[in-house]
Amino acid sequence: MPSKSSSTPKASWGLKLASLGTLLFLHVPIFIIFLYTLTPDERTYTFPLPGITFKWFGVALQRADLWRALKLSLQVAAVATFAALVLGTLAAAAVYRSKFFGREAISFLLVLPIALPGIVTGIALRTAIGGLDIPFSYWTIVIGHATFCVVVVYNNVLARFRRMQGSQIEASMDLGANSFQTFRYVVFPNIATALLAGGMLAFALSFDEVIVTTFTAGQQTTLPIWIFSQLTRPRDRPVTNVVAMFVMLITFLPIVFAQKLSAASSDTEGEPK
Amino acid sequence: MLNRISTYFYQRPKLVLALFLLPPMLYMAVVYLGSLFSLLINSFYSIDDFTGLVIRELTLKTYGQVFSPANREIFMRTATMAAAVTVFDALLAFPLAYYIAKFASPRAKTWLIIAVTIPLWSSYLVRVYAWKLILAKEGILSWFINLLRLDGALEWLLSFPSIGGSSLALSPIGMFIVFSYIWLPYMIIPIQTALERVPGSLLEASSDLGARPLQTFRTVILPLAFPGVVAGSIFTFSLTLGDFIVPLSLGNSKFFIGQAVYSYQGTAGNIPLAAAMTMGPVVIMIVYLLVARRLGAFDAL
Repeated sequence: MPSKSSSTPKASWGLKLASLGTLLFLHVPIFIIFLYTLTPDERTYTFPLPGITFKWFGVALQRADLWRALKLSLQVAAVATFAALVLGTLAAAAVYRSKFFGREAISFLLVLPIALPGIVTGIALRTAIGGLDIPFSYWTIVIGHATFCVVVVYNNVLARFRRMQGSQIEASMDLGANSFQTFRYVVFPNIATALLAGGMLAFALSFDEVIVTTFTAGQQTTLPIWIFSQLTRPRDRPVTNVVAMFVMLITFLPIVFAQKLSAASSDTEGEPK
Repeated sequence: MLNRISTYFYQRPKLVLALFLLPPMLYMAVVYLGSLFSLLINSFYSIDDFTGLVIRELTLKTYGQVFSPANREIFMRTATMAAAVTVFDALLAFPLAYYIAKFASPRAKTWLIIAVTIPLWSSYLVRVYAWKLILAKEGILSWFINLLRLDGALEWLLSFPSIGGSSLALSPIGMFIVFSYIWLPYMIIPIQTALERVPGSLLEASSDLGARPLQTFRTVILPLAFPGVVAGSIFTFSLTLGDFIVPLSLGNSKFFIGQAVYSYQGTAGNIPLAAAMTMGPVVIMIVYLLVARRLGAFDAL
């Protein structure tokens, strides 16, 4: 199916169709959820929809348990992202500014929480937290999330550091700025968008994480845990549809924005989950 | 004052490096490596059969249970699923990756790459949920299959005990579709990266030397793209091995590794067995990574 020559690239119809098919397979399923938010049917997923109603949006808004779950998820994501921003930037700065023994090991250690299956990280944290008799709480969720969010910030910021010209920093110092001024006026403006992109991706990652959370949460219900309970035991199907659409939209915007930011400065993004 | 602090640190780069490294390394080493170590230790503990309490003495008893016939079946079932998903994803991913790498205009390429990356970051749970709607017995896929008058074929497929079930939403076939869907982007990106590095002149040389397009594809493109396929398979394989959300939502009573771990630590309260079971995917992945490295997959990442 390849074209005859790459200097006049022309894809065959077969290749175009297969590519289109894969793209549709990747994106159409999400829109099915959007469709189902309008179904009046409470007990089944009947298609074609027996009618159209907008009442479930109102019903979902009234649910106190959903608001609590959303609040908890936002709090966890905010604190985990903040921790990831600090730790990830420090690690990136250290790896960028000097060569030292074990530099490769640091990248490896940071990427491990997302390279190993989520269940390994989850159950490992559970045995450690349980073994130390620490009660499972809001903070144990945050600690778990921070472990896999650090690498996202680290990758974004490190990529930016590598493209930044070291001479800028030297020039700043030569002109009499001290380290703090150099950071404030030279380094920070350079890495600001990388921090923003990394931070948003870390936020999105934390906001809908469920596997590690299942093992590190006590009685707390984050929004993904709420959805997960509906997946195994569907009780509020129409409300779940609305929540699913909401989660999709709330994570979609920061992701697209972060992608555009990264693409604009041709950074490599962090390794995905 | 600030200047003096600045000078102090400037003259001691090693100190600055240590100060930078300390917080992230402390966090990762203590929290993450510590947890992994605790996982390892726990897998050597055992549980008292009468009281159900964990006995904190090192023993191989729990690993004996991991290799019981029932658990061996779980490992086989999960590995088979992971392999099937990997092969299917490679087939689905290749045309799109090839199109993006070799034919798309620069503008289209940016958007296609974003289109492939968005599902990676977007909610995994919601993407599983979407298939719960699609695969339901009364859902849109069944409706479509009935429209094509293929319902007989579907029932025939679901009647196989090893892959079938009461409906698509509760069967290994359904799980296979959902796994393939969820991990597909992880396969597309490395293949596209690998193909991106195949120089156009090589393809021209091949056709100049008289190779037909299909020959060029088989003898030039495919071998050069293979490390990308292996790199992608690391993700699809590893992620399928450790997942418990999909089997819990769409599976039946036939367990997968993740599901088994989840129920051992949860309802059964048997943390040592859960920990020892988790070592399964870890060992399989280490072996897999070693093989993948020999096949050159890490250069394609």
